[in-house]
Amino acid sequence: MSSITAAGGPPAAGAPQGGRRGQSFDPSSLARHSPRYGERAVMVVLQGAAMLSVLVTIGIVVSLLLPALSFFREVSVGEFLFGTRWTPRFPGQESYGVVPLITGTAWTTAIALLIAVPFGLGAAIYLAEYAAPRVRKVLKPVLEVLAGVPSVVYGFFALTFVAPFVLEDLLGIEVGTFSVLSAGLVLGIMIIPTVASLSEDAMSAVPSSLRQGSLALGANKMRTTLRVVFPAAVSGIAASIVLALSRAVGETMIVALAAGTQARVVTGATQPGQTMTGFIAQTATGESTPGTLSYNTLFAVGLLLFVLTFVINMISIRLVRRFREAY
Amino acid sequence: MTTAPSGSTTPTDWTDMTSTDAPTTERPAAAAPQDASAREIDVRVDRASGRYLPEVPTPVIECTDVDIFYGQFRAVHGVSLVYGKNEITAMIGPSGCGKSTVLRSLNRMNDLITGARVTGKITYHGQDIYGSDVDPIEVRRRIGMVFQKPNPFPKSIYDNIAYGPRVTGMKVSSMDDLVEESLRGAALWDEVKDKLKQSAYGLSGGQQQRLCIARTIAVRPEVILMDEPCSSLDPIATARIEDLMEDLRKDFTIIIVTHNMQQAARVADRTAFFTAKAAEGTGDRTGQLVEYDLTSKIFSNPADRRTEDYISGRFG
Repeated sequence: MSSITAAGGPPAAGAPQGGRRGQSFDPSSLARHSPRYGERAVMVVLQGAAMLSVLVTIGIVVSLLLPALSFFREVSVGEFLFGTRWTPRFPGQESYGVVPLITGTAWTTAIALLIAVPFGLGAAIYLAEYAAPRVRKVLKPVLEVLAGVPSVVYGFFALTFVAPFVLEDLLGIEVGTFSVLSAGLVLGIMIIPTVASLSEDAMSAVPSSLRQGSLALGANKMRTTLRVVFPAAVSGIAASIVLALSRAVGETMIVALAAGTQARVVTGATQPGQTMTGFIAQTATGESTPGTLSYNTLFAVGLLLFVLTFVINMISIRLVRRFREAY
Repeated sequence: MTTAPSGSTTPTDWTDMTSTDAPTTERPAAAAPQDASAREIDVRVDRASGRYLPEVPTPVIECTDVDIFYGQFRAVHGVSLVYGKNEITAMIGPSGCGKSTVLRSLNRMNDLITGARVTGKITYHGQDIYGSDVDPIEVRRRIGMVFQKPNPFPKSIYDNIAYGPRVTGMKVSSMDDLVEESLRGAALWDEVKDKLKQSAYGLSGGQQQRLCIARTIAVRPEVILMDEPCSSLDPIATARIEDLMEDLRKDFTIIIVTHNMQQAARVADRTAFFTAKAAEGTGDRTGQLVEYDLTSKIFSNPADRRTEDYISGRFG
């Protein structure tokens, strides 16, 4: 067998089993019996899978960066970031201040988190700590189905149900057809499963020995949950919130349908407003000619979206490192 | 801790052991012998500790005809035991004999397992701890537990100790003092006094286990249950915990489950030997109490053949 290896021949798979134990098999030899091509091939495939996501990310950055750079050759960064008029498609009076879009995104995202964090964490605590195993087995998949509903359905829900019936008729809040409130509420409902499911995973992963230690000291269940399980799971919980936040910032269909298309600075929840994603969805309809300023505007906004999400992620990671109680 | 003068045979000496600052009111001496002549033969010198022990322990926890079920499966059958005040009681026996199950039923930690059920009676100072009006949280505040694997919280050493008093709403005049006192009580203070704010996870396994003991005594329970507290520790750390148990006996009642017979012989005042009996039809192994006596008796002159076989290493 060792002579085959030395000759670089085919792996021993085809050789009869008896051959291994025959005269050519030297039990005292530690030399490799086969070249193990399979293992190497698997490693290469896995490596490729890992590299792919890195390469795609780099590709996205480059494809965003190039048109965005030509945008910033015509519009200064200061004007873009701090200008409060966003009228890129008004012929003759184009203005490229992105602040209105940022306020739109900030309002919808903030409202979404106000909904998703309490309800999502509440659901997670219930599922991880209180629910009987049988209840959890049913409830968790149901909750996760919510995450699979297409966002355009949510947007339609916001437009035709939440705004006119829930907000206006039921709660008596004067909102028009479009408002950041209805978009944010539905956005929040959409990301509840993200928060709940991932937080539940994080809390369930906390060793039960820690819970038992706390209970054996005479702590009740709520204290055990809040002061032992929660701090121990905080990195996973924070990750779930950051992921939900990123989804809210990046979500397009709901805000495009329900928040409106007027790009103006939003100062109240009942106002309509356009988000960064809403603008991109509205503008990227094939009318824009590549290379024009209006086309490059899309990429500038896209880049800003990318940078914002990235920064939020970095800050969250820092915060989590500081506060988590790793077990 | 051998406070009793060795060699003394004064029959009342053993009562000194109960006159500690344990946080309970004095109980009626339920175990007091009926007459003076009985008293003289009732008191024995324990071989290991040189302590005087009454023939019948002063009961803190009493099991009467206890069966423990997990669903339909009967894990333990017919256990009747009295755990004596300020004594160390060991429960030994082969794997699967139900000794840990019995231990966990004493402070209702079994409640956490779905399907666990206790029949018979377990009383704490005469009060049925499975009574309908009993709050398991109150039971666990009085009957603390140290687990097999050290399970400190992922917090600082200080916060590990302060956690119990905080969450149980203990009135503490100075948390710093309580932390120091608890750590001293667990013979850990000198090793950690300069790093109280550091994570408990930086401690060695033996230190972590002593931290868990310190955490338990910080809420001042009357009884400490120990579920194989040394099974994941090296012999040196084990010896330190055993020394610590000797000290803790002054203030606490200790009930320990151990796989290590030598440990039981070294530390325990009384030893209960459990074994498992397979049911004829199903083959389910149900734990039962074989023998319960002074440790010196169990290890020198056991009444039951199975005990003798086990301690001499013929099975288990």
